[in-house]
Amino acid sequence: MTRHVLRDFLPVVAVATGFVIAWKLLVVIGGYPIFILPPPEVVAARLVAAWRDGTIEPHVVTTLSEILLGFLIGSGLALVTGYALARSRLAERLLSPYLVAAQATPILALAPLIALWFGTGLASKVIICSLIVFFPITVATMVGVRSVDRQLLEVGRAFRATPLQVLTRLEIPGALPAIFGGIRVGATLAVIGAIIGEWAGGESGLGVLINLARGSLFDTPLLFATLVTIAALGVALYWLILVVERRLVGERG
Amino acid sequence: MAPRRARSIGTKTTQTNRVATPASPASQAPAQPTGHHAAIAVRHCSFGYRDDPPRPALADVWFEVAPGELVAVIGANGTGKSTLLKLIAGLLAPDHGEVTVGGREVRGPDLGVGFVFQEPRLLPWRSALENVAFPLELAGWSRGAREARARDLLRLVGAPDVERLRPHQLSGGMRQRTAIARALALEPAVLLLDEPFSALDALTRERFNVALQSIWRTTGTTILLVTHSISEAIFLADRVVVLAGRPGRIVAQVPIRLGRPRSLVDLDASIVSDVSAAIRAALEREELA
Repeated sequence: MTRHVLRDFLPVVAVATGFVIAWKLLVVIGGYPIFILPPPEVVAARLVAAWRDGTIEPHVVTTLSEILLGFLIGSGLALVTGYALARSRLAERLLSPYLVAAQATPILALAPLIALWFGTGLASKVIICSLIVFFPITVATMVGVRSVDRQLLEVGRAFRATPLQVLTRLEIPGALPAIFGGIRVGATLAVIGAIIGEWAGGESGLGVLINLARGSLFDTPLLFATLVTIAALGVALYWLILVVERRLVGERG
Repeated sequence: MAPRRARSIGTKTTQTNRVATPASPASQAPAQPTGHHAAIAVRHCSFGYRDDPPRPALADVWFEVAPGELVAVIGANGTGKSTLLKLIAGLLAPDHGEVTVGGREVRGPDLGVGFVFQEPRLLPWRSALENVAFPLELAGWSRGAREARARDLLRLVGAPDVERLRPHQLSGGMRQRTAIARALALEPAVLLLDEPFSALDALTRERFNVALQSIWRTTGTTILLVTHSISEAIFLADRVVVLAGRPGRIVAQVPIRLGRPRSLVDLDASIVSDVSAAIRAALEREELA
């Protein structure tokens, strides 16, 4: 167990340590002032202080709510749409052009419009997150369902599996590795979606805090501390999905 | 369960759509099939794949398998052996003719028919035990009941120690044993085996043939086995149906007059050489034609 943990986490810790050392060297050698590039220990101290004095926490709660809601709604819709696209040529012909067009339109350009229509509250951020999550999971689901081994589906037919049994016992488990590939991408994009949504208009959230730290507060260490928090949120979500994936997909050889 | 097979089987009523006349002892016994008691009856069946261009696979095939009989189908690649099994399993529908299993016309997959495919086709996300229990799960068995039945079946096929392993952790032989156990899960009256041991080495294959004979004797299931191997067909079968040509047609049905139970030593008997020669002759005659 200890060996397993060491093998998994030691390289990650080593890379992080290397990154912090390089960052510190850059600050020392370059002689940058704190408002341009604060050294890592200053950022770390500001991060701890911001958590202690309650500066960051409410923003984290807001952003995390937006991410989770947007991710759940977007991925739920994507799973249904991806399955429909995989199994119905008509659905693919009808929906594909619009899906591609929606994906090709930058979310940065859509975000102000969505904030205008749905206000600067939770709804607009959830919609932006859902939109940004939707496409990769839809495509992954479509590809995953289509790539389920036809021979296994024939086994299901031979044992007179009902359409629902084919879906739940063969297609979904068979497509899971591909679907999780899309979910991993979607989870990280959901973080970006929430920040973009908050930049387009909002009163709370880590995106709002970045704007505050950069503009009115002129607190570059807080800006960096917020960036670190956003990155940590993304990594935590990604790791959580990996854990679920390992549990559901497991070793398949 | 006591062995049901009498010694010296091999006088089944047979009919071919072009009967070869191999030398004795593998003589033909053409006669009108009765159909009344057949476990499997394939009557005037033709089938073609609707590819571009269309690919006829079987032409006017007619044969029957009696309850409890073990029949081998032999033929070169492309003669429609696997297609024939899929017609019987209800996975394909014939263009012409009729297939019955247990006297009922096949109109789709039937739980009374077990199918072992050429590849084990195990679900990679399930353990061996869960794979064997898969048909039972579809049929609505409770978890406890299906796991108990799956354990019994894994013991029956000689794979009791693999129940927690996933397919990629099993050897080719164990995978195929698991697939056979899965096919037997719902106690099918008919078991169709499509070259189940083709991927195994010769020695393992021989061991599996002995195991399959034992399973057949224990379960009493009617078995139709597709194989490329003449010696495998002779060792296992009561009768060998020879398919040849494209589209495939039955060119001979050769009874095997060897006692039961058979051991690998029986393959050295002179009768085996004669039967083998008769089957080869039927195949070669068709190739020359």
